[in-house]
Amino acid sequence: MISKWARSLVVAAALAPALASADRYNLQTPQTIIAHEIYDLHTLILGICCVIFVVVFGAMTYSIIRHRKSLGHKAEQFHENTTVEIVWTIIPFIILVGMAIPATKTVIQMKDTSNSDLTIKATGYQWKWNYDYLQEGISFYSSLATPRELITDNSAEGHKKREDHSNYLLEVDNPVVVPVGKKVRIITTADDVIHSWWVPAFGVKQDAIPGFVRDSWFKVDKPGIYRGQCAELCGKEHGFMPIVVEAVEPEKYALWVAEQKKKMAAQADDPNKTWTLDELKARGEKVYAANCQVCHQPTGMGQPPAFPALSGSKIATGPMAGHLDRVLNGKPGTAMASFKQLSDVEIAAVITFERNSWNNKTGDMVSPSDVKKLRK
Amino acid sequence: MEAVHAHDPAHGHDDHAHHPSGIMRWITTTNHKDIGTLYLVFAVTMFFVGGILAMGIRAELFQPGLQFWRPDFFNQLTTMHGLIMVFGAIMPAFVGFANWQIPMMIGAPDMAFGRLNNWSFWLLPPAATLLVASFFVPGGATAAGWTLYAPLSTQMGPGMDLAIFALHIMGASSIMGSINIITTILNMRAPGMNLMKMPLFVWTWLITAYLLIAVMPVLAGAVTMVLTDRHFGTNFFNAAGGGDPVMFQHIFWFFGHPEVYIMILPAFGIISQVIPAFARKPLFGYTSMVYATSSIAILSFIVWAHHMFTVGMPAAGQLFFMYATMLIAVPTGVKVFNWIATMWKGSMTFETPMLFACGFIFVFSMGGFTGLILAITPVDIQLQDTYYVVAHFHYVLVAGSLFAIFAGTYFWIPKWTGHMYDETLGKWHFWLSMIFFNVTFFPMHFLGLAGMPRRIPDYALQFADFNMVASIGAFGFGLTQLIFLYTVIKCIQGGEKAPEKPWEGADSLEWTLPSPPPYHSFETPPVVK
Repeated sequence: MISKWARSLVVAAALAPALASADRYNLQTPQTIIAHEIYDLHTLILGICCVIFVVVFGAMTYSIIRHRKSLGHKAEQFHENTTVEIVWTIIPFIILVGMAIPATKTVIQMKDTSNSDLTIKATGYQWKWNYDYLQEGISFYSSLATPRELITDNSAEGHKKREDHSNYLLEVDNPVVVPVGKKVRIITTADDVIHSWWVPAFGVKQDAIPGFVRDSWFKVDKPGIYRGQCAELCGKEHGFMPIVVEAVEPEKYALWVAEQKKKMAAQADDPNKTWTLDELKARGEKVYAANCQVCHQPTGMGQPPAFPALSGSKIATGPMAGHLDRVLNGKPGTAMASFKQLSDVEIAAVITFERNSWNNKTGDMVSPSDVKKLRK
Repeated sequence: MEAVHAHDPAHGHDDHAHHPSGIMRWITTTNHKDIGTLYLVFAVTMFFVGGILAMGIRAELFQPGLQFWRPDFFNQLTTMHGLIMVFGAIMPAFVGFANWQIPMMIGAPDMAFGRLNNWSFWLLPPAATLLVASFFVPGGATAAGWTLYAPLSTQMGPGMDLAIFALHIMGASSIMGSINIITTILNMRAPGMNLMKMPLFVWTWLITAYLLIAVMPVLAGAVTMVLTDRHFGTNFFNAAGGGDPVMFQHIFWFFGHPEVYIMILPAFGIISQVIPAFARKPLFGYTSMVYATSSIAILSFIVWAHHMFTVGMPAAGQLFFMYATMLIAVPTGVKVFNWIATMWKGSMTFETPMLFACGFIFVFSMGGFTGLILAITPVDIQLQDTYYVVAHFHYVLVAGSLFAIFAGTYFWIPKWTGHMYDETLGKWHFWLSMIFFNVTFFPMHFLGLAGMPRRIPDYALQFADFNMVASIGAFGFGLTQLIFLYTVIKCIQGGEKAPEKPWEGADSLEWTLPSPPPYHSFETPPVVK
């Protein structure tokens, strides 16, 4: 550890001049007009603060050095001076007005979400994002793509693997794709608790609040992949719900839209299909991996007491109605949320999977129509 | 009967000398000094409990990956570190100072309400027990952040309920303490000491006490609503039932912003006592200091939503809260200028209290500057909920409040114990604290700017170097505080005899009393000219 620390110190010292302008010491390189303005505002105000700092603490340091008893300095007894006091009240006020003017302009610009070319709704879930392209009718979930083992492996080898894994914790399975040069309005809301949709390079951070809709906007200048994270504490996996936005040329974007539409059509489950137990179980395993295993674990053993085991649990091996109710409606007051947003097939599949995996061997099969009946 | 009656008045006079000894002395005490000591011992205990939690946080963040804790336990650590430091360490420490110092500084024999004072303190240990015990209930302590935002806080296990009750009890304690402080200051000043002759520490506490009375009930209301949302089917913050999750934040921060001034105004008071004493020169701009403190207190009620710029307020709301927040820089600036003007052309010596006071001005001001940067709405939107904010509030709370508490402790401990503290150890404590504090928290500015969110147990690789530096600094800072503990214990146990007035330039009333002062500070009120 020490040698590693020493090594990074040496590296940091060697690279410091080269990196001084790099992202690691300052705001990320801005990619939108708003992010540029935020960057410039920050630079301006930091600069003013540094000047004030030097003046004020220059005076203090001078006083500390010169006005010492040990140097034989005799204390003068003055204790007020109205002129000075008025001056040092007025001057800061004027400086503040100078800061407020450009800041006000940016605030008004940030708030102007009108005339957008494209609207995307981002819904925060514990712990993933769902994106709805309102005009195109595309909808998909986006969750962390970094494998769990990579996060928890603490062997020397695991540590090495992490270090070599670029975009560790900042990669998702399905990124948001947007066209460059178009004004994208992003609407945020949430399903369970408050999340916050944040892409630093865009200067967009908008809380996603359950039951309410908020909006913000960005227009990306150049193609690229931009990464952010959920910025509002939203429970245990808060650190593991990144946001990835891929900005592409408009033609490429049109292709992507067409492809997504095709994919969605293929994915839509035929409501009249008759499922076999094995088919449902296989489908359920995928649903489980995407929605349940962060808490209940791939082994079904959970992380008691907060996240109970499903393997051998009373609910997952008891009457089916209880199991259906728990998945559909959650358990209020606990981390078990309602999973109503899943389709009938997905819920039927995941319950079938849970009742026939690990130590659970009920042989039960839940059909999508059972789920449909329970929905009101 | 006659005889007993006749004896009574005489017995009454003797009563003071017969206070119980041993543990009962502390449980039944109504004496401001005993209660002050209890508050300070409680605060330092909680400071180390909260510190251990901080070490747990920094150990996990030492390098990327999950090494020590599960993510939910990590969130419990950050949440409880915040709650314990705010409500268990900083606030009780200042009440401890108030208890010890206010009667002595205004020439009173004791606080106005002795039994209320006893009760205010003895509410705290049960509250702290609830907080700490919450780690051991099913599901562990609350992990919703010290801000307890709904609806995340409605999801928590029973640990959340324990935290809510702890906050209720600590709130009641603060309100009673404040009533006592206000009554004491307004009614028990020595003849001749009008309000504008009060030492600045007394002034800042008078204003702080009003802030406490105004906002602690608001916090109690907010957490009670969370409690009823959790258990009694109400929907204050549940959008599905017609409630509003953002309303929690408005109510919380209406408490929360004045709360940050509750934690800093008494610190301003301490610094305003220490600097003139060691500059051997009266405080510059006393009147403007009083007005600046009052302005900060009043402004603190109209800036709360600057904690919420990302919830999506209308532009007019964002602009109002931005302007109001920026305004606070003016009175805060006036205070810093006044302190420097007090030092200017003084005859300074740099014993430990003065070192901490100078360190305070220097480092607290850096927290002030980042506060100004964060006041700018667009910049705040970028930096909200990042490590930049973590750096900012540790600069004002650790380098601000905590350094002032250290300054005050070294300043007054000769008076309290009758012994001088070990100056060499004190200086070591200051320099190591100052260095490790900056090693810990300065890199966090870079982390926040580069985009590291706060309250995450694991982070992307580009944040690794600064996190490692911060963790090393944090361990150093934590260990350094053991020097403080040792120095204080050593000073209580013995040391060079402290004179009445160990600091040449100190001039408030407590320095006219012997060290340690008599049980009832001023039995005959001194006359202030």
